[in-house]
Amino acid sequence: MNLDATETQPLGKAIKRKEDPRFIRGQGRYLDDIVLPKMLYMAMVRSPYAHARIKSIRVEDAYLVEGVKAVLTGEDLASMNLAWMPTLAGDQQMVLATGKVLLQYQEVAAIVAETRESAEDAASKVQVEYEPLTPVMDPFFALSAEAPVLREDREQKNNHIFHWEVGDHEETDAALAASAIVVKEQIRMPRVHPAPLEPCGCVADYQKSTGKLIWYVTSQAPHAHRTVLSMVSGLPEHMIHVISPDIGGGFGNKVPVYPGYVCAVVMSMQLGRPVKWVETRTENVATTNFARDYHMTAEIGATEDGRVTALKVSTIADHGAFDAAADPSKFPAGLFSIVTGSYRFPVAFAEVDGVYTNKAPGGVAYRCSFRVTEASFLIERVMNTLAYRLNLDPVELRRRNFIGVDDFPYQSPLGWTYDSGDYEKTLNTALDMIDYRGLRSEQQKRREQGELVGIGVSTFTEIVGAGPSHTFDILGIKMFDSCEIRIHPTGKAIARLGARHQGQGHETTFAQLIAQELGLSAADVLIEEGDTDTAPYGLGTYASRSTPTAGGAAALAARRVRNKAQQIAAHLLEVSPEDVQWDGSRFSAKGLSSRNVSMADVALAAYTNLPKGMEPGLEATYYYDPPNLTFPNGAYIAVVSIDRETGQVHVERFVAVDDCGTVINPMVVDGQIHGGLTEGFGIAFMQEIAFDADGNNLAPNFMDYLVPTAVETPRWETGRTVTPSPHHPIGAKGVGESPNVGSPAAFVNAVVDALSPYGVTNLEIPLFPWKIWEVLKQHGLTES
Amino acid sequence: MEQTVANDRIMVHVTINGESRQALAEPRTLLAYFIRDTLGLTGTHVGCDTTSCGACTVLLDGIPVKSCTILAVQAAGHEIETVEGLEHNGQLHPLQQAFWDNHGLQCGFCTPGMLMTTTALLRSQDDVNDDDVRRAISGNLCRCTGYVNIVKAVLEAKSRMREGG
Amino acid sequence: MFPNPFQYYAPQSLDEIFQILDKYGDEAKILAGGQSLLPMMKLRLAAPSVLIDVNGISQWANVNAQDQSLQIGALMRHRDWEHALDSRVPLLHSTAVHIADPLVRNRGTMAGSLAHADPAADWGAALLALKASVAIQSAHRLREVPLREFFVDTFTTVLEPQELLTEIRIPLPQNDAFVGARYFKLERKVGDFAVVGVAVTVVLNPEGVVTDAGIGLAAVGATPLAAVNAESLLRGQRLTLDLVQEAASEAAKESDPITDRRGSEDYKRAMVNVFVKRGLTAVHKDWQLQMDISA
Repeated sequence: MNLDATETQPLGKAIKRKEDPRFIRGQGRYLDDIVLPKMLYMAMVRSPYAHARIKSIRVEDAYLVEGVKAVLTGEDLASMNLAWMPTLAGDQQMVLATGKVLLQYQEVAAIVAETRESAEDAASKVQVEYEPLTPVMDPFFALSAEAPVLREDREQKNNHIFHWEVGDHEETDAALAASAIVVKEQIRMPRVHPAPLEPCGCVADYQKSTGKLIWYVTSQAPHAHRTVLSMVSGLPEHMIHVISPDIGGGFGNKVPVYPGYVCAVVMSMQLGRPVKWVETRTENVATTNFARDYHMTAEIGATEDGRVTALKVSTIADHGAFDAAADPSKFPAGLFSIVTGSYRFPVAFAEVDGVYTNKAPGGVAYRCSFRVTEASFLIERVMNTLAYRLNLDPVELRRRNFIGVDDFPYQSPLGWTYDSGDYEKTLNTALDMIDYRGLRSEQQKRREQGELVGIGVSTFTEIVGAGPSHTFDILGIKMFDSCEIRIHPTGKAIARLGARHQGQGHETTFAQLIAQELGLSAADVLIEEGDTDTAPYGLGTYASRSTPTAGGAAALAARRVRNKAQQIAAHLLEVSPEDVQWDGSRFSAKGLSSRNVSMADVALAAYTNLPKGMEPGLEATYYYDPPNLTFPNGAYIAVVSIDRETGQVHVERFVAVDDCGTVINPMVVDGQIHGGLTEGFGIAFMQEIAFDADGNNLAPNFMDYLVPTAVETPRWETGRTVTPSPHHPIGAKGVGESPNVGSPAAFVNAVVDALSPYGVTNLEIPLFPWKIWEVLKQHGLTES
Repeated sequence: MEQTVANDRIMVHVTINGESRQALAEPRTLLAYFIRDTLGLTGTHVGCDTTSCGACTVLLDGIPVKSCTILAVQAAGHEIETVEGLEHNGQLHPLQQAFWDNHGLQCGFCTPGMLMTTTALLRSQDDVNDDDVRRAISGNLCRCTGYVNIVKAVLEAKSRMREGG
Repeated sequence: MFPNPFQYYAPQSLDEIFQILDKYGDEAKILAGGQSLLPMMKLRLAAPSVLIDVNGISQWANVNAQDQSLQIGALMRHRDWEHALDSRVPLLHSTAVHIADPLVRNRGTMAGSLAHADPAADWGAALLALKASVAIQSAHRLREVPLREFFVDTFTTVLEPQELLTEIRIPLPQNDAFVGARYFKLERKVGDFAVVGVAVTVVLNPEGVVTDAGIGLAAVGATPLAAVNAESLLRGQRLTLDLVQEAASEAAKESDPITDRRGSEDYKRAMVNVFVKRGLTAVHKDWQLQMDISA
């Protein structure tokens, strides 16, 4: 039974969410719920071609539609020097196309009108003459000399964006050459999309009289958006007030700044009226940041007894038409260098080449701490291949290579210092939950009866909580996060953070965390996020960073409050501060616990009865620069069976054991795991944004970009181990992304395992039934 | 015979959450937008453009439908129930309470649709199991919860409603 | 996201519908359940200038059984079969539960689905298997067209612009006959159109001889298809494993799928084979169970 928010000592307890009462009544306030007086609506004109020269744009007919106020084109923006905007990756992106379009559905013009309908009607009246050009859809072809150069704005006349590498190339080659066993596998993670249920949007409200822009936007990073907008528009930053209202899911999709946002701001400034832009689902899936699209090749060297000796990875990253990856600045391939995973690789080398194609720009970290999903998928898949090559149980291979509990802090060959973990324990918990030995013998029996049954294991390590200021910044801004706490005279508190939740439950979990530090209940602490005029600066919520960064800030801000409270308590107890002790709920005089005061007593005194010379009030702010990242880990096991005749895969069981360090609210953690596993399931089995040779997007909306329903979704079984992070103020590591990072490999490993007796080691996701069937047919396994 | 010329607005009378309301609507206005923009009840959400997600689910004469795929003029003279109508006399509907108690929501965007679909399910069926609930909500997408706690909440609400008579 | 502007009519009688149709011809579209039409209009893939909402034609919201046939009014919705099992035509229930999703089923109509003529439509396959016919009415004539002559091409039927599909007629078997049926739909997820849909309905006499058989296929041709050769293989025969195999592979031959993102031509053909086989096998099992019970 989950508990009420009035519970004391709430850390680690399943407290019912404080945000829910408004959501269950339909009283959440999402972006599209915001209606301002005299508000106008914006719609986009979009390109039907993936690659074409714009010969002309005729907007006259659009103005004939009743209610149309303005039409904006790329040329208009160019005259304001706004036709292009910077991306978070240091590239630039067209706001409205000038000269060429580079992807299907690209923004070509924006219409503002009195109603949604008339804006859309007018959009269909804009006449754009295109000269179609050959689209470049294959990233490998994009790198060839024959490929047309897509980005004419760049000095560099090819489609290569960046080369990034890490590790020791020579030593890795040498180690591979010297290895008794080398396995090599090509692993592709197709283009997918975060597709939160609420699409992106904004309301730009520029008030000419004050010169202030109030910008309501579906933003996972409101402060960063304020700074970017100030840089793009030239508006002074203190005259931009970003409000990120309730967010209907983000998963990384709501981190970047999109062309529609900029157009709405420009239009509001020109027209002096609020302008709302809410994208359609098709606009969301077809144009906002995608994720993945990594084409990876990996080699693992090993000894004959299954000790890994080296890892070498080479990747082509399809970034689409603009490099709009939302990565920390120094990491064009994100934290892909976590690719050595949970294993003691003595040496490793990884390289990534970013490439332009005629697709939507990205890639964003979809429920992922910057390319960690790709890395985890790769290593967990190729370790599997190695296990088959060695004829070793994949569990045994993992055990032989795990970073041991005594190896922490562990220095990885690609430069990370893993904070903590007990991989054996986590794995054993999962094995016990699923009865792995029993399962293997049952599998044997079922195989003898002709069934195709597979067991897949994934023992992944994540890297989250970006990040320490010496390494991590976005556009130069260090990736700290922040919290400000004020205790009111009656002992109730408000805390504001630089993070912005989108369903993760911060209004409850951060209240629990702060309440625990201050001897209050979660009900006593109001959490406020998403308002840049009131919250301290922070980099936002994505990449599982809220708990590791903003959570750290919250704990330390609370401790600052408590330190001052202790001074005041000493005054009230008439002892010296050193003689005051804190038992988690009250201050008391040392050795005389009956003389005690509560935080509420102290709060009142902070405003009414202070020691001489002390500054009144009881509040604190903390900007937390984490000393290191955190490294959550997990052991996932999937059991599948395959219908030989149809190729359909049934996930019979799925056990997920996660270690995210200290748990603030187990109910919320389990919920995060359930959701992430379901997303991972979709990625493994049904999702891909594919294109035809002409550049047409074949999955631009929910008809073809498939989201699992309750019927397909497997029944998840979750478990937990707790290995606190030694450097985080409460030992927490972050959890939101682990299930999305760890699960795809478990699913694929299970399907491969089912087919392994027939020599199958690799399958490309998504595992549509027809694909499995083709493999079955190839091996003569389809019955008829 | 009701008829209009394009863009002409028609007076639409509906009973919504027991209240009689009327407003003008263009024939092409979708019921979801009529409810949200015209009647100001923003609990009904729009999450897609292909009749796929069910965030806009309302009850039309007691039957759950996707309000993005019905014209407002078609609802004229009919009874509509939305999430705002579930609470009675300050008392949460057992489903609302169960969603809260069981962490049946995260971002909350699909929640109103889920609540309306399952309200109809529990009214029409005395006995529901895990599979029944999953099938019933298969026209409502959720990106956050993996459906686990939604199903749990619905089953718990059902048993509470039974106990409560 | 928003349909184009259109004129809206909500007639209360057939005569009124015909007057409007007479005036506007193919500029007008009939709005019944709207679960295919409105999504197309929202994406502006369809932009009729006149919409005739027929939901007010109350006599269409009925089902009658007479003259050995089930007569289904044009406003009967998918949900009407989802929540009811008619043992004379079990295929209706077996199919209904697979159509789109429950919310769409609450609104969409069987007649609308047929008139829309999506080759992947589940009802198309099922009603072909049932050898249904449709009543088609205009201001000037009433005609009955066997469904097997109704579909012309993708999204195209024999319906003329002035005509309405008013009723679906399904022949009923003898009262004492055993009827078994299955609808199998391979879909990528609930709510998806069929990758392959197979409807099988078989009437068996007490000796286990097939007195009538219907096999309908969805998503494996330009229209929903009837596997007529496979049907005739079955008629007059006992349902043996060999016969089932033979009929299944014949149905696969009769299918005419194309390769797309949902699977290759070979795959879809193979799935027709699998599902016809499974359908017939399941029906045979049902029959045996029935015989065991009566014995």
